[in-house]
Amino acid sequence: MSLFPFVYAVSTSFKQGSALFRPGLWPEPATLDNYRSLFRDQPFAHNLLNSFVVAAGTVLLSLCLSLLAAWSLGRVEFRGRGLLLGTILAASMFPQVAVLSGMYELVSFLGLYDHLGALWMSHLIITLPFTVWVLVTFMRQLPKELEEAALMDGLGVFTVIFRIFLPLLWPALVATGLLAFIASWNEFLFALTFTLSTDRRTVPVAITLISGSSGFELPWGTIMAASVIVTVPLIFLVVCFQRRIVSGLTAGAVKG
Amino acid sequence: MSRVQLNDVSKRYGDVDVLRHVSLIVEPGEFCVFIGPSGCGKSTLLRLIAGLDDPSAGGVEIDGRPVDHLQPAERNVAMVFQSYALYPHMSAFENMAFGLRHHGLAGREIDRRVAEAAKILRLEELLQRKPRELSGGQRQRVAIGRAIVRQPKVFLFDEPLSNLDASLRAATRLEIAKLHRGLGSASMVYVTHDQVEAMTLADKIVLLRPVAEGKGLPSIAQIGHPLALYHRPANRYVAGFIGSPAMNFLPGIVSDVTGGCTTALVNGTPVAARVNGLATTADRFGAGAAVTLGIRPEHVALGQGNQTAVLSHLEHLGEYTHAYLTPRNGTETFMAKTAATGWRMGDVVPFTFPPEHVHVFLADGSAVPRIIDVPAQRVIA
Repeated sequence: MSLFPFVYAVSTSFKQGSALFRPGLWPEPATLDNYRSLFRDQPFAHNLLNSFVVAAGTVLLSLCLSLLAAWSLGRVEFRGRGLLLGTILAASMFPQVAVLSGMYELVSFLGLYDHLGALWMSHLIITLPFTVWVLVTFMRQLPKELEEAALMDGLGVFTVIFRIFLPLLWPALVATGLLAFIASWNEFLFALTFTLSTDRRTVPVAITLISGSSGFELPWGTIMAASVIVTVPLIFLVVCFQRRIVSGLTAGAVKG
Repeated sequence: MSRVQLNDVSKRYGDVDVLRHVSLIVEPGEFCVFIGPSGCGKSTLLRLIAGLDDPSAGGVEIDGRPVDHLQPAERNVAMVFQSYALYPHMSAFENMAFGLRHHGLAGREIDRRVAEAAKILRLEELLQRKPRELSGGQRQRVAIGRAIVRQPKVFLFDEPLSNLDASLRAATRLEIAKLHRGLGSASMVYVTHDQVEAMTLADKIVLLRPVAEGKGLPSIAQIGHPLALYHRPANRYVAGFIGSPAMNFLPGIVSDVTGGCTTALVNGTPVAARVNGLATTADRFGAGAAVTLGIRPEHVALGQGNQTAVLSHLEHLGEYTHAYLTPRNGTETFMAKTAATGWRMGDVVPFTFPPEHVHVFLADGSAVPRIIDVPAQRVIA
């Protein structure tokens, strides 16, 4: 049942002309014209690339930041740790609209307006809270002795985090990274607000702004084709990484 | 060769005293065992030496040099953890080599050291395996190997055998003893709650008591050679902790004190003890003083003597039997360990306490010095 809208979108993307308005599931005649016009009439490939750069950058940034944050929040005892964790969680509770205007000020102050950097920064607001929380939870489950053993070996904090903990947190990193990627890939509001020129747009914005030959016509076929193209990389990513999310990697670290 | 010295070390966590006034010297090449019940702070003491915790008061010296401000890695000590704490994503070889590589040691030197450690620990075949592909004993050997390759002056072991099953524990215990002989110069500090490990491995035992039981006394109940703790416990706590089954304690009233013998009445029956009552510093030790007499189950003489007791329970262990006895003239039940097997429950058995095996403890728990010849030092080959 939940698949139906998606199936309908796929089918519509192959339809053309008046066939668009017949509700049949099987596109007849099937055509690839929608896909062709998508890449011909607008810089859709460029938009795709933008989306990828933004999402990948966001994932990288948020994983790096949250890994370091998770170590200090999960392993170091300091005053106000609970409060800080609570604040991080609270940050994710605000609706995007609430932070939008403040974010706009920040973005223009940093001179990032109409630049992909603005999206990296703003998407971190969405992804960081949950990546930090998930990684803190995982970090706390790693045995304390492992860190102490590393300390006895004379390893520094960063060596411990990146050479010892990172390989052990790999499954958690992949899972949270994937979620962060999806969130950033599909994000619309910030992307719409902080970009202006067509070649800076990400895909969700580009899709919305696809227009037909006249202002009164919505090119459903093209929009659906775009939606399908947007979804494919996500599906590919999930399938790809699902195999790599192996649990039980820590088995053998401590007694067994 | 390295000498570890703790000077009046105390440790508090918040309001809770964990260690009080611990002063201790581990001589170069010595095998020193910290033993005590859980919660006595023995692991904490080890962590203070390692530098994983800082003392609340007092200081730690290694080779006469204060190390309190040094990081664990700079103290030239290596630690083997109870849970092994191997890096799970690295092979056994990598586990041993990782620290060395990080310190910029040449590759050939690393290979040499790991190969040497692997040879000592018989790990050569297993070097490429990940920890999860190793058995518990093998993992523990890798953890020991990781300590060896660092060539530390002091080895610290935190209950290394408690995760192993009984037969493997005995075998690994033997290996650690051999390792200590083989490495020769390195000092070892070993934490355990297992008496057998302490008695068999130690040159020196440090018996700790929980602060709550110490009533303001220092955490260390006694330091000494294993046999010294067995034969000459300094106080009732040590006497009750060392030895299995535990020593019997019977309340008594002193009736006569001489330099060579003290006699006390237990339920009206005189029991003699070969202790030097004149050597004790307690000022109120004399006729009429309340004392506790102690005798180990293996020293109770059954089947002879002029007192009798009813056998209330028997535990046959094959090699020997635990007999629970209730004397005819009193209510205090005590236990005897005997090789004889002929008795049955309910039998009335004669018994006596040989004076040379009776300990006397004052009301404050301290022991009256015994007059006995004991092998004070084990012959060290």
